[in-house]
Amino acid sequence: MAEDRNKNEVILQVKDLRISFRAYGGLVKAVRGVSFDLKRGETVAIVGESGSGKSVSIKAIMGILPGNAIIEGGEILYGGMDLTKLTEEEFHKIRGKRIGLIFQDPLSSLNPIMKVGAQIMEALILSQKMDKKAARIRALELMEAVGIPDVERRFHQYPFQFSGGMRQRIVIAIALAGDPEILICDEPTTALDVTVQARILELINKIKEDRHLSVIFITHDLGVVAQMADRVNVMYAGKIVETGTTEEIFFSPVHPYTWALLSSMPDLETKERLLSIPGAPPNMIAPPPGDAFSVRNRYAMKIDFEKEPPLFKITDTHYAATWLLHPKAPPVQMPEALRARIERMRRAVANG
Amino acid sequence: MDNPTYLLEVKNLCRYFTSGRGKKKLTVKAVDDVSFGVKPAETFGLVGESGCGKTTLGRTVIRLYDPTSGQVIFNGREISGKMTNDLRRYLTENIAMIFQDPIESLNPRMTVEEIIGEGLKVRGVKDKDEIRRRVVEMLEKVGLNEEHATRYPHEFSGGQRQRIGIARALIVQPKMIIADEPVSALDVSIQAQVINLLNDLKSEFGLTILFIAHNLSVVKYFSDRIGVMYYGRLVEVARGDDLYAKPLHPYTRALLSAIPEPNPLVAKAKRRVDYDPERDHDYTHEKPEMVEVEPDHFVYCSPSEFARYREICKRVGKVGA
Repeated sequence: MAEDRNKNEVILQVKDLRISFRAYGGLVKAVRGVSFDLKRGETVAIVGESGSGKSVSIKAIMGILPGNAIIEGGEILYGGMDLTKLTEEEFHKIRGKRIGLIFQDPLSSLNPIMKVGAQIMEALILSQKMDKKAARIRALELMEAVGIPDVERRFHQYPFQFSGGMRQRIVIAIALAGDPEILICDEPTTALDVTVQARILELINKIKEDRHLSVIFITHDLGVVAQMADRVNVMYAGKIVETGTTEEIFFSPVHPYTWALLSSMPDLETKERLLSIPGAPPNMIAPPPGDAFSVRNRYAMKIDFEKEPPLFKITDTHYAATWLLHPKAPPVQMPEALRARIERMRRAVANG
Repeated sequence: MDNPTYLLEVKNLCRYFTSGRGKKKLTVKAVDDVSFGVKPAETFGLVGESGCGKTTLGRTVIRLYDPTSGQVIFNGREISGKMTNDLRRYLTENIAMIFQDPIESLNPRMTVEEIIGEGLKVRGVKDKDEIRRRVVEMLEKVGLNEEHATRYPHEFSGGQRQRIGIARALIVQPKMIIADEPVSALDVSIQAQVINLLNDLKSEFGLTILFIAHNLSVVKYFSDRIGVMYYGRLVEVARGDDLYAKPLHPYTRALLSAIPEPNPLVAKAKRRVDYDPERDHDYTHEKPEMVEVEPDHFVYCSPSEFARYREICKRVGKVGA
């Protein structure tokens, strides 16, 4: 691949995506106008709490939305196609071949009564039209590439004979079988221990470099984001409330929700009381008027309860949807605890 | 023989699980020769990866499991012996537990009032108004209110359910709480709420807490002293600051180096250390044991490792207050 030429090429574009679910109580507005780009060779993280719409957005990209979901509007542009309008047959050419997916729970994404080798081979035979012999050789190569020791023996084992980390490696091998150019990781390490998590994250970073993949990484762990992402989208109640490069989000966040998210978890130096976000995420059947975060936002102004804030531009890469950025808004500083923490982070960088 | 400075003392505690019989018999040493003490009004954090035995340890202390061998002494009384009605009473009055999963641990067919008040009923409080009064009082302490008392668990969010679990544990006014991963099933913003709540209640009731978790940042924030477990053994015990400033046992170091740090510039350059017991220890000639390397800092090591660790401690010096 000609890397330099493609450096800034946008390969996937999500435009004003809106998705609702038919539910007992009415329509749940899960995604309410999400737009983002994915450039070749970069990792974009989507951060948010459960119910913020992050998983739903990527399910739309993969074409695996459940039956009660309705795409109400927007486009997902990829390779000259709009993925929201594709039929299931057309999706077969993309899913698993050009876009690979790694799920959160490695146990439930593998077939429990099929040997892992056969599962990787199946993916190869279907996506690459390989014959059995070639698929077997390639499957063994893939298992080695994702760091599974003793591949000849492991090839003939069942998923239950693998530990959580090893299972996740198999899932990654299957995702790589189609030789995709986009890899979507939906909380791939949430179910794993820290030391195993560290290894899997290193593996994902390595294969991303080797194969020049673009990665969409979904997580709620900001530590993981810091390690993986080039750019970060912070989602709340079905919208991207702040987007920027990883450095911008961690060192100069502007949205109160990002502030709260960054300061709600203790780091190793934290001594003071945690800044928790009061209340719970809103009910998305009837999202509150105005800014959905306003009821939990200690900096909320009158307009927050009436009108939704647009995305204000801070730099070419950094945008946030909060009325605090409006020229007429009173100047508001980020919480003291967070400022102190960012100060500590800067010192840590300066000290090497 | 009893050490009066400790409220809870665990001595050489073992808990083995066996499966199969005859040639196929398999023994899993979930907790293997673990000793530590928890001082009154202290929070003792237990960290380790899944399967290291931290939950089994907590459950053995409160006698949800019977110990295979070893002793547990609570407030001067041995609680690891034969289970009698009297001992059961003593345990339920003094130690309570908060569980990880706020959905599984609440009976779906009981109202919140019944769930929280059950502990009082078991202890012989018969007066319905009295129970009601104390339940409401407890609900308000954990940030819920009176109208929640008549509802069922499914009507609550995860964070609220965990508050109910906390209220249930505290209503019998225990001296000690065993909190087994109380926040790991919750969302980030809700975790902070529950951690703050536990911190407030800790100082209000002067609680002693055995805090079991796998998230090292949370354990560090919440605990006074921390024990690190690896494959059923306690490998290092120290005050939080000491443990993070001068981790001595190679496993502790590996664990600390694996924490994803929320600092993009540092995280991407971070070097991770691996732990391999075969490579990192040579126990062919020397037998390892738990020794005090410096005041209040215990490591499971052999004599030669002990000498090396002493050097490290001297070099790093004293940390924090």
